[in-house]
Amino acid sequence: MYSDTPIAGPYAHERTSVSRIMVLVVLALVPATLFSLWQFGWPAIFLFLITVGTCLIAEAACLRAAEKPLRPSLLDGSALLTGWLLAMSLPPWAPWWIGVLGGLIAIVVAKQVFGGIGQNLFNPAMVARVALLISFPAELTRYVAPAPLFSPQAPGFGEGLAITFGLDGPDMVTGATLLGQVRTDLGQGHPLPDILPGIYQPWSDAVGTLAGSMGETSALLLLLGGLFLLSQRVITWHIPVATIVTLALAATLMNLYDPAHYPDALYHLVGGATLLAAFFIATDPVTSPISPRGQLIFGAGLGVLIYSIRTWAAYPEGVAFAILLMNTCTPLIDHYVRPRVYGRDRKGAPIEYADDADTEVTR
Amino acid sequence: MKLFNIRGGVHPEDRKHLAADQAIEDLPLAPLLHVPLQQHIGNAATPAVRRGQQVAKGELLGTGQGPISAPVHAPTSGRIMGIGSFPAHHVSGLSVRTITLQPDGKDRWLEGIEGVPDPFTLDPDEIAARVAAAGIVGMGGATFPSAVKLNLRKKYRLHTLVINGAECEPYLTCDDRLMREHTAQVLDGARIMAHALGMTQIIIAIENNKPQAQAAMTQAAADHAAVRVAGLPMRYPMGSEKHLVQTLTGRETPARGLTADIGVVVHNPATAFAVHQALRLGWPLIARLVTVSGGAITRPRNLRVPLGTPVQHLIDYCGGFRVEPTRLISGGPMMGNPLPGTRVPIVKGSNGVLALTAEEVNAQAAAPCIRCASCVAACPCGLLPLQMAAHARAGDLDGTVRLGLMDCIGCGSCSYVCPAHIPLVQFFNYAKGEMAARGRAKQKQAETKRLIEQRTARIEAIQQAKREAMAARKRETAGKPPAQTPADRRAEA
Ligand code: SF4
Ligand code: SF4
Repeated sequence: MYSDTPIAGPYAHERTSVSRIMVLVVLALVPATLFSLWQFGWPAIFLFLITVGTCLIAEAACLRAAEKPLRPSLLDGSALLTGWLLAMSLPPWAPWWIGVLGGLIAIVVAKQVFGGIGQNLFNPAMVARVALLISFPAELTRYVAPAPLFSPQAPGFGEGLAITFGLDGPDMVTGATLLGQVRTDLGQGHPLPDILPGIYQPWSDAVGTLAGSMGETSALLLLLGGLFLLSQRVITWHIPVATIVTLALAATLMNLYDPAHYPDALYHLVGGATLLAAFFIATDPVTSPISPRGQLIFGAGLGVLIYSIRTWAAYPEGVAFAILLMNTCTPLIDHYVRPRVYGRDRKGAPIEYADDADTEVTR
Repeated sequence: MKLFNIRGGVHPEDRKHLAADQAIEDLPLAPLLHVPLQQHIGNAATPAVRRGQQVAKGELLGTGQGPISAPVHAPTSGRIMGIGSFPAHHVSGLSVRTITLQPDGKDRWLEGIEGVPDPFTLDPDEIAARVAAAGIVGMGGATFPSAVKLNLRKKYRLHTLVINGAECEPYLTCDDRLMREHTAQVLDGARIMAHALGMTQIIIAIENNKPQAQAAMTQAAADHAAVRVAGLPMRYPMGSEKHLVQTLTGRETPARGLTADIGVVVHNPATAFAVHQALRLGWPLIARLVTVSGGAITRPRNLRVPLGTPVQHLIDYCGGFRVEPTRLISGGPMMGNPLPGTRVPIVKGSNGVLALTAEEVNAQAAAPCIRCASCVAACPCGLLPLQMAAHARAGDLDGTVRLGLMDCIGCGSCSYVCPAHIPLVQFFNYAKGEMAARGRAKQKQAETKRLIEQRTARIEAIQQAKREAMAARKRETAGKPPAQTPADRRAEA
């Protein structure tokens, strides 16, 4: 009649599942993604499909090889999300093999080798991006100025295919990203007030009409997606807020110190992949700390690292490196930063109350 | 009144609408009642009746044994059919000593049962004694003998009695109905307990999903300056004693301590009601309110059930199953336990019988942990359920304990929110069971060691005595011991 296996309760469960979480994250990414695909046209669409497809196929192949059941893991949506985030961190007109290689690195090396979902130390999409960046710096830094789908300067379907698959395509109108351009110009000794006016309009950057990877384009739509995730309680505010506040603080301080060489906070927030990282990548549950205080530390560390790499290291954009570096700190943070247990002080000893009026009087 | 925040917690769908509007009904007597001798924490009662004996309603069936125990009484008049083993109201389905009573249908009370006209003139000890004699235990499910809790005043300085009307478990509505329909009696019982505890104030705490109960209690409490009604926010596990007290006072109960450590004692409304009946009417605890509910029950009800009534009898009264249930639960869905069958009797701690459909239980195969920390955010005790479970799963009991296993109240909030559907509480229960077994083994070892040491000491003492006697004799025969006084010599002669 009824099942009487003595499985412990509760005998009620929130309507939630791993796939629901992944699907919500993907849903939150959809507006920014669609906008970017429209901005960068057919080549971007091809690269996106190739990257996501590779991740799904790689996941299936690994599961088959490990003789694990396919359906539950494939349907949980984690491989889809990894592929999606990776695609959004690539230059939109990158050749097809970048997507394939990236997908394989992300799923096989960064996820399945560690033991599959929940086991990986590093965010798979960021591992793939960094590996690609180091191995193929030319392909990974070749950006194009947006040319919205169906606009005269946009490549058609056939041309798009040619671009992605490296056949004889039209020449790319390459354009540097905002962060890249500024770094280059600063390096040549120009002060900011001379550089910025020509290339940086906070508004267009927020809307996303500049060169960049797909995830670097529309800060506004990414922010919208992030707020959606917060409202659905898929993520908590700790990591995004800590990241953004720290980054903004660092930028503001340096900007006050020397406005000619250090751009202000808004520049750092809308430029580059800041919001994608803060809301979608740093909040990857597997590779971020579990306690709220730990998450604050993680976010703050991330903000500092992003700022430092962008400002002083060899790369104009440091989000992927910063995330990987913070990922390595996660186990440490989780070990040392724990919530206080009910009825105990921070050291773990039972609470004692100073006034003895309410406490035990005799034994 | 000002309330304080607690950490964590979850908001399960409360599904109280199923039974909340059903007024309390008296369940007709079952053909046979099975009254277990142990319905409480502590020692089992010993039978006070023989097979074949006629008993009256309220007559003593079993006597409490030792300081932590409770007697049991006849729920109705009838004949004792036997004293033997019967499946317990417990997950294990193991049998326990049970007295089987065949009601004679007369429901004749024992002669001479009567209450006290004014319990407030009684000495606290006298009240506790009467509560103990009535077999009253914590009726929220904990079943700790209430009289023991009433005696806490001897050890602690107490100031506030809290009546825990949170009833935060989904489905359950029997406390709600009790507070609505027997408001004055619950209040009276609470005041009697406060008197016994020597307390100055009473807080009746009720979750905001029970506005009628709040209104009724507020109205009844208006005449008593020392009684206040607190409206609690709806959050599970608001009814956890320590968290309830924190909500009301802002203070956490020290780890491993009691709420009495911070001057508060918590009792359930049903317990207060039973105390009222015991003191005012002299009635022992022989019936209780039970919510029969769940999606698989045809007509959910709140029933007054004679203790010992088989669960099947309640289900039949409620029209049987509408659909096949996947789970039959005793208590609420969050902390209740599966029933081993429908033959088992209702006992003092049963506040609900729930027949749940698969859709309601929403069980799914467990997936790997994605470290989403939902369980961390949900834990009202500040624990890290995912890590505790990982250690427990790996068999690292010490690690689990270091992470705070013994501070876990088993509320199930973590399991409830886990998107991977990992049975976290199952791991904790297993680990706690292991710890208890370890404790028992250790105790046994210590006991054995003590006995052996005692025996060795005894043997040693005997041998020592023998040796001394021997030496003394030797001294006597071998010659004069040195430095004997003349008096000694005289004595020896
Ligand atoms: S809620 Fe479940 S999946 Fe999430 S961290 Fe806890 S155990 Fe892991
Ligand atoms: S069952 Fe234990 S670990 Fe889980 S939420 Fe409740 S107190 Fe925390």
